[in-house]
Amino acid sequence: MHIPDGFINAATAGTAYAVSAAAVVVASKRARQRLGERHVPLIGVMAAFIFAAQMLNFPVAGGTSGHFLGAALAAILLGPWAGVLIMSAVLLVQSLVFQDGGLLALGANILNMGVIASFVAYYTFRGVAALTGESKRGRLAATFVASWLAVVLASLACALELAVSGTSPLRLVVPAMGGVHALIGIGEGIITTSVVALLAGVRADLLQLQKV
Amino acid sequence: MKKNIKWWYIALGVALLLALAAPLVSSSPDGLERVAEDSGFLEHARDALFNLIPDYTFPGVSNPALATIAAGLLGTLLMFGIGFGLARLLRKKNETQLHR
Repeated sequence: MHIPDGFINAATAGTAYAVSAAAVVVASKRARQRLGERHVPLIGVMAAFIFAAQMLNFPVAGGTSGHFLGAALAAILLGPWAGVLIMSAVLLVQSLVFQDGGLLALGANILNMGVIASFVAYYTFRGVAALTGESKRGRLAATFVASWLAVVLASLACALELAVSGTSPLRLVVPAMGGVHALIGIGEGIITTSVVALLAGVRADLLQLQKV
Repeated sequence: MKKNIKWWYIALGVALLLALAAPLVSSSPDGLERVAEDSGFLEHARDALFNLIPDYTFPGVSNPALATIAAGLLGTLLMFGIGFGLARLLRKKNETQLHR
Protein backbone atom coordinates (compact mmCIF):
# COMPACT_ATOMS: atom_id res chain seq x y z
CA MET A 1 0.00 0.00 0.00
CA HIS A 2 2.94 2.31 -0.67
CA ILE A 3 1.39 5.45 -2.15
CA PRO A 4 3.29 6.74 -5.20
CA ASP A 5 3.51 10.46 -5.92
CA GLY A 6 0.49 11.79 -7.78
CA PHE A 7 -2.18 9.87 -5.85
CA ILE A 8 -2.62 12.41 -3.07
CA ASN A 9 -2.71 16.20 -3.30
CA ALA A 10 -0.24 18.64 -1.78
CA ALA A 11 -2.44 19.59 1.19
CA THR A 12 -2.95 15.96 2.19
CA ALA A 13 0.71 15.08 1.66
CA GLY A 14 1.82 18.14 3.65
CA THR A 15 -0.55 17.45 6.55
CA ALA A 16 0.56 13.83 6.67
CA TYR A 17 4.23 14.93 6.65
CA ALA A 18 3.59 17.23 9.61
CA VAL A 19 1.84 14.53 11.65
CA SER A 20 4.47 11.91 10.81
CA ALA A 21 7.35 14.25 11.58
CA ALA A 22 5.82 15.03 14.99
CA ALA A 23 5.37 11.30 15.65
CA VAL A 24 9.00 10.59 14.74
CA VAL A 25 10.19 13.35 17.10
CA VAL A 26 8.12 11.95 19.98
CA ALA A 27 9.27 8.42 19.13
CA SER A 28 12.92 9.52 19.30
CA LYS A 29 12.35 11.11 22.71
CA ARG A 30 10.66 7.96 24.01
CA ALA A 31 13.50 5.86 22.65
CA ARG A 32 16.05 8.02 24.49
CA GLN A 33 14.23 7.31 27.75
CA ARG A 34 13.58 3.63 27.26
CA LEU A 35 15.92 1.99 24.76
CA GLY A 36 18.46 -0.25 26.42
CA GLU A 37 21.56 -2.03 25.20
CA ARG A 38 19.56 -5.19 24.57
CA HIS A 39 17.14 -3.44 22.24
CA VAL A 40 19.89 -2.41 19.83
CA PRO A 41 20.46 -5.65 17.87
CA LEU A 42 16.76 -6.51 17.92
CA ILE A 43 15.89 -3.19 16.31
CA GLY A 44 18.53 -3.76 13.62
CA VAL A 45 17.25 -7.26 12.93
CA MET A 46 13.63 -6.08 12.99
CA ALA A 47 14.30 -3.39 10.37
CA ALA A 48 16.20 -5.89 8.19
CA PHE A 49 13.53 -8.58 8.54
CA ILE A 50 10.68 -6.18 7.76
CA PHE A 51 12.47 -4.89 4.67
CA ALA A 52 13.22 -8.40 3.36
CA ALA A 53 9.79 -9.81 4.20
CA GLN A 54 8.07 -6.86 2.51
CA MET A 55 9.65 -7.95 -0.77
CA LEU A 56 7.81 -11.26 -0.63
CA ASN A 57 4.44 -10.66 -2.26
CA PHE A 58 1.95 -13.44 -1.71
CA PRO A 59 -1.06 -13.90 -4.00
CA VAL A 60 -4.51 -13.01 -2.72
CA ALA A 61 -7.77 -13.27 -4.67
CA GLY A 62 -8.14 -12.15 -8.26
CA GLY A 63 -4.69 -11.41 -9.71
CA THR A 64 -3.77 -9.31 -6.69
CA SER A 65 -0.89 -9.70 -4.28
CA GLY A 66 -0.14 -8.46 -0.83
CA HIS A 67 2.92 -8.37 1.32
CA PHE A 68 3.83 -8.38 4.98
CA LEU A 69 3.81 -4.94 6.54
CA GLY A 70 5.61 -5.57 9.83
CA ALA A 71 4.37 -2.68 11.95
CA ALA A 72 2.40 -5.06 14.16
CA LEU A 73 5.40 -7.32 14.73
CA ALA A 74 7.62 -4.36 15.62
CA ALA A 75 4.99 -2.73 17.85
CA ILE A 76 4.04 -5.92 19.70
CA LEU A 77 7.66 -6.89 20.39
CA LEU A 78 9.17 -3.46 20.96
CA GLY A 79 6.29 -1.05 21.61
CA PRO A 80 4.38 1.39 19.39
CA TRP A 81 6.96 4.18 19.35
CA ALA A 82 9.70 1.74 18.39
CA GLY A 83 7.31 0.58 15.66
CA VAL A 84 7.05 4.16 14.42
CA LEU A 85 10.84 4.53 14.29
CA ILE A 86 11.48 1.20 12.58
CA MET A 87 8.72 1.59 10.00
CA SER A 88 9.78 5.18 9.27
CA ALA A 89 13.33 4.01 8.60
CA VAL A 90 12.14 1.20 6.32
CA LEU A 91 9.72 3.44 4.41
CA LEU A 92 12.35 6.16 4.04
CA VAL A 93 14.87 3.73 2.52
CA GLN A 94 12.22 2.13 0.30
CA SER A 95 11.26 5.54 -1.03
CA LEU A 96 14.76 7.00 -1.39
CA VAL A 97 16.69 3.98 -2.62
CA PHE A 98 14.12 1.65 -4.18
CA GLN A 99 11.54 4.15 -5.47
CA ASP A 100 8.80 2.22 -3.65
CA GLY A 101 6.40 4.86 -2.34
CA GLY A 102 6.68 8.46 -3.51
CA LEU A 103 9.00 10.94 -1.83
CA LEU A 104 6.19 13.52 -1.57
CA ALA A 105 3.82 10.80 -0.31
CA LEU A 106 6.36 9.55 2.27
CA GLY A 107 4.63 11.41 5.11
CA ALA A 108 1.34 9.70 4.28
CA ASN A 109 3.00 6.30 3.97
CA ILE A 110 4.68 6.75 7.37
CA LEU A 111 1.38 7.93 8.85
CA ASN A 112 -0.55 4.90 7.53
CA MET A 113 1.95 2.06 7.75
CA GLY A 114 4.13 3.42 10.56
CA VAL A 115 2.08 5.47 13.00
CA ILE A 116 -1.49 4.18 12.57
CA ALA A 117 -0.51 0.54 12.03
CA SER A 118 1.87 0.49 15.03
CA PHE A 119 -0.58 2.06 17.47
CA VAL A 120 -3.59 0.07 16.30
CA ALA A 121 -1.56 -3.13 16.57
CA TYR A 122 -0.07 -2.38 19.97
CA TYR A 123 -3.26 -1.35 21.74
CA THR A 124 -5.40 -4.02 20.07
CA PHE A 125 -2.83 -6.57 21.18
CA ARG A 126 -2.84 -5.26 24.73
CA GLY A 127 -6.65 -5.17 24.85
CA VAL A 128 -7.27 -8.64 23.44
CA ALA A 129 -4.44 -10.15 25.51
CA ALA A 130 -5.99 -8.66 28.67
CA LEU A 131 -9.43 -9.98 27.72
CA THR A 132 -8.04 -13.47 27.29
CA GLY A 133 -6.33 -13.37 30.68
CA GLU A 134 -2.81 -12.94 29.27
CA SER A 135 -2.63 -16.68 28.53
CA LYS A 136 -0.16 -17.98 25.95
CA ARG A 137 -2.91 -18.82 23.47
CA GLY A 138 -4.68 -15.58 24.21
CA ARG A 139 -1.55 -13.63 23.36
CA LEU A 140 -1.19 -15.42 20.04
CA ALA A 141 -4.85 -14.78 19.22
CA ALA A 142 -4.31 -11.14 20.21
CA THR A 143 -1.28 -10.98 17.90
CA PHE A 144 -3.34 -12.26 14.97
CA VAL A 145 -6.25 -9.87 15.55
CA ALA A 146 -3.93 -6.91 16.11
CA SER A 147 -1.92 -7.57 12.92
CA TRP A 148 -5.05 -7.99 10.82
CA LEU A 149 -6.63 -4.80 12.18
CA ALA A 150 -3.41 -2.81 11.72
CA VAL A 151 -3.31 -3.62 8.00
CA VAL A 152 -7.02 -2.95 7.49
CA LEU A 153 -7.03 0.38 9.35
CA ALA A 154 -3.84 1.50 7.60
CA SER A 155 -5.52 0.76 4.26
CA LEU A 156 -8.63 2.69 5.32
CA ALA A 157 -6.46 5.68 6.27
CA CYS A 158 -4.88 5.41 2.81
CA ALA A 159 -8.37 5.29 1.25
CA LEU A 160 -9.39 8.37 3.20
CA GLU A 161 -6.31 10.26 1.96
CA LEU A 162 -7.13 9.28 -1.63
CA ALA A 163 -10.72 10.45 -1.17
CA VAL A 164 -9.75 13.75 0.49
CA SER A 165 -7.34 14.35 -2.39
CA GLY A 166 -10.20 13.89 -4.87
CA THR A 167 -8.45 10.92 -6.49
CA SER A 168 -11.28 8.47 -5.93
CA PRO A 169 -14.74 8.84 -4.34
CA LEU A 170 -14.95 7.81 -0.68
CA ARG A 171 -17.85 5.40 -1.21
CA LEU A 172 -15.78 3.47 -3.77
CA VAL A 173 -12.25 3.61 -2.44
CA VAL A 174 -13.05 2.76 1.20
CA PRO A 175 -14.74 -0.60 0.51
CA ALA A 176 -12.25 -1.41 -2.25
CA MET A 177 -9.17 -0.79 -0.07
CA GLY A 178 -10.76 -2.30 3.03
CA GLY A 179 -11.90 -5.38 1.13
CA VAL A 180 -8.59 -6.32 -0.44
CA HIS A 181 -6.64 -5.51 2.72
CA ALA A 182 -9.01 -7.63 4.83
CA LEU A 183 -7.51 -10.50 2.80
CA ILE A 184 -3.92 -9.23 2.91
CA GLY A 185 -4.37 -8.74 6.67
CA ILE A 186 -4.91 -12.50 7.08
CA GLY A 187 -1.42 -13.03 5.64
CA GLU A 188 -0.09 -10.37 8.01
CA GLY A 189 -1.77 -12.14 10.92
CA ILE A 190 -0.34 -15.54 9.97
CA ILE A 191 3.22 -14.24 9.52
CA THR A 192 3.24 -12.06 12.65
CA THR A 193 1.70 -14.77 14.83
CA SER A 194 4.16 -17.37 13.51
CA VAL A 195 7.17 -15.16 14.25
CA VAL A 196 5.90 -14.31 17.75
CA ALA A 197 5.16 -18.00 18.45
CA LEU A 198 8.63 -18.97 17.22
CA LEU A 199 10.29 -16.33 19.40
CA ALA A 200 8.20 -17.40 22.40
CA GLY A 201 9.66 -20.87 21.87
CA VAL A 202 13.32 -20.06 21.32
CA ARG A 203 13.91 -16.64 22.92
CA ALA A 204 10.98 -15.87 25.22
CA ASP A 205 13.13 -13.21 26.96
CA LEU A 206 12.95 -11.04 23.84
CA LEU A 207 9.18 -10.79 24.31
CA GLN A 208 9.73 -9.35 27.77
CA LEU A 209 11.89 -6.40 26.75
CA GLN A 210 10.78 -2.98 27.94
CA LYS A 211 8.34 -1.55 25.40
CA VAL A 212 9.17 1.76 23.81
CA MET B 1 26.20 -19.79 28.38
CA LYS B 2 24.38 -20.14 25.12
CA LYS B 3 23.12 -16.58 25.50
CA ASN B 4 26.56 -15.33 24.58
CA ILE B 5 26.11 -16.63 21.05
CA LYS B 6 25.05 -13.63 19.03
CA TRP B 7 21.49 -14.75 18.34
CA TRP B 8 20.97 -11.85 16.01
CA TYR B 9 23.56 -13.18 13.58
CA ILE B 10 21.12 -16.02 13.03
CA ALA B 11 18.15 -13.66 12.80
CA LEU B 12 19.95 -11.47 10.27
CA GLY B 13 20.81 -14.63 8.33
CA VAL B 14 17.11 -15.51 8.20
CA ALA B 15 16.31 -12.04 6.84
CA LEU B 16 19.00 -12.42 4.16
CA LEU B 17 17.56 -15.84 3.23
CA LEU B 18 14.18 -14.16 2.74
CA ALA B 19 15.82 -11.73 0.32
CA LEU B 20 17.13 -14.72 -1.66
CA ALA B 21 13.53 -15.88 -2.12
CA ALA B 22 12.41 -12.51 -3.49
CA PRO B 23 12.55 -13.47 -7.22
CA LEU B 24 10.10 -16.34 -6.63
CA VAL B 25 7.19 -14.31 -5.32
CA SER B 26 3.92 -13.12 -6.85
CA SER B 27 4.33 -10.31 -9.38
CA SER B 28 0.64 -9.39 -9.36
CA PRO B 29 -0.20 -5.79 -8.46
CA ASP B 30 -0.57 -5.20 -4.71
CA GLY B 31 -3.77 -4.10 -2.97
CA LEU B 32 -3.43 -0.38 -3.64
CA GLU B 33 -2.29 -0.90 -7.26
CA ARG B 34 -5.24 -3.23 -7.83
CA VAL B 35 -7.70 -0.65 -6.46
CA ALA B 36 -6.01 2.11 -8.50
CA GLU B 37 -6.28 0.05 -11.66
CA ASP B 38 -9.90 -0.98 -11.08
CA SER B 39 -10.97 2.52 -10.07
CA GLY B 40 -9.09 4.14 -12.94
CA PHE B 41 -6.65 6.35 -11.06
CA LEU B 42 -3.49 4.32 -11.68
CA GLU B 43 -2.39 6.79 -14.37
CA HIS B 44 -2.27 9.53 -11.71
CA ALA B 45 0.96 7.94 -10.46
CA ARG B 46 3.95 10.09 -11.26
CA ASP B 47 7.41 8.76 -11.93
CA ALA B 48 9.90 8.99 -9.10
CA LEU B 49 11.96 12.20 -8.94
CA PHE B 50 15.11 10.12 -9.39
CA ASN B 51 15.96 6.44 -9.68
CA LEU B 52 18.54 4.49 -7.72
CA ILE B 53 17.36 0.86 -7.54
CA PRO B 54 13.80 1.05 -8.91
CA ASP B 55 11.45 -1.95 -8.59
CA TYR B 56 13.94 -3.75 -6.35
CA THR B 57 16.01 -4.51 -9.43
CA PHE B 58 19.71 -3.76 -9.20
CA PRO B 59 20.61 -1.77 -12.32
CA GLY B 60 23.13 -3.28 -14.72
CA VAL B 61 22.52 -6.89 -13.68
CA SER B 62 21.13 -8.66 -16.73
CA ASN B 63 19.70 -11.69 -14.96
CA PRO B 64 16.44 -10.43 -13.42
CA ALA B 65 16.49 -12.93 -10.54
CA LEU B 66 20.03 -11.94 -9.58
CA ALA B 67 19.15 -8.25 -9.92
CA THR B 68 16.30 -8.71 -7.44
CA ILE B 69 18.45 -10.75 -5.06
CA ALA B 70 21.22 -8.14 -5.16
CA ALA B 71 18.74 -5.36 -4.42
CA GLY B 72 17.18 -7.43 -1.62
CA LEU B 73 20.48 -8.30 0.04
CA LEU B 74 21.70 -4.72 -0.17
CA GLY B 75 18.47 -3.35 1.26
CA THR B 76 18.36 -5.91 4.06
CA LEU B 77 21.94 -5.17 5.16
CA LEU B 78 21.33 -1.44 4.83
CA MET B 79 18.24 -1.67 7.05
CA PHE B 80 20.12 -3.72 9.64
CA GLY B 81 22.84 -1.07 9.74
CA ILE B 82 20.38 1.81 9.98
CA GLY B 83 18.22 0.12 12.63
CA PHE B 84 21.22 -0.94 14.70
CA GLY B 85 22.91 2.46 14.34
CA LEU B 86 19.78 4.43 15.13
CA ALA B 87 19.01 2.34 18.23
CA ARG B 88 22.63 2.63 19.39
CA LEU B 89 22.51 6.38 18.97
CA LEU B 90 19.21 6.75 20.84
CA ARG B 91 19.74 4.27 23.68
CA LYS B 92 19.97 5.60 27.18
CA LYS B 93 23.51 5.93 28.35
CA ASN B 94 23.43 4.74 31.98
CA GLU B 95 21.82 1.42 31.13
CA THR B 96 24.76 -0.79 32.15
CA GLN B 97 24.27 -0.07 35.86
CA LEU B 98 20.52 -0.47 35.67
CA HIS B 99 20.07 -3.81 33.95
CA ARG B 100 22.88 -6.23 34.55
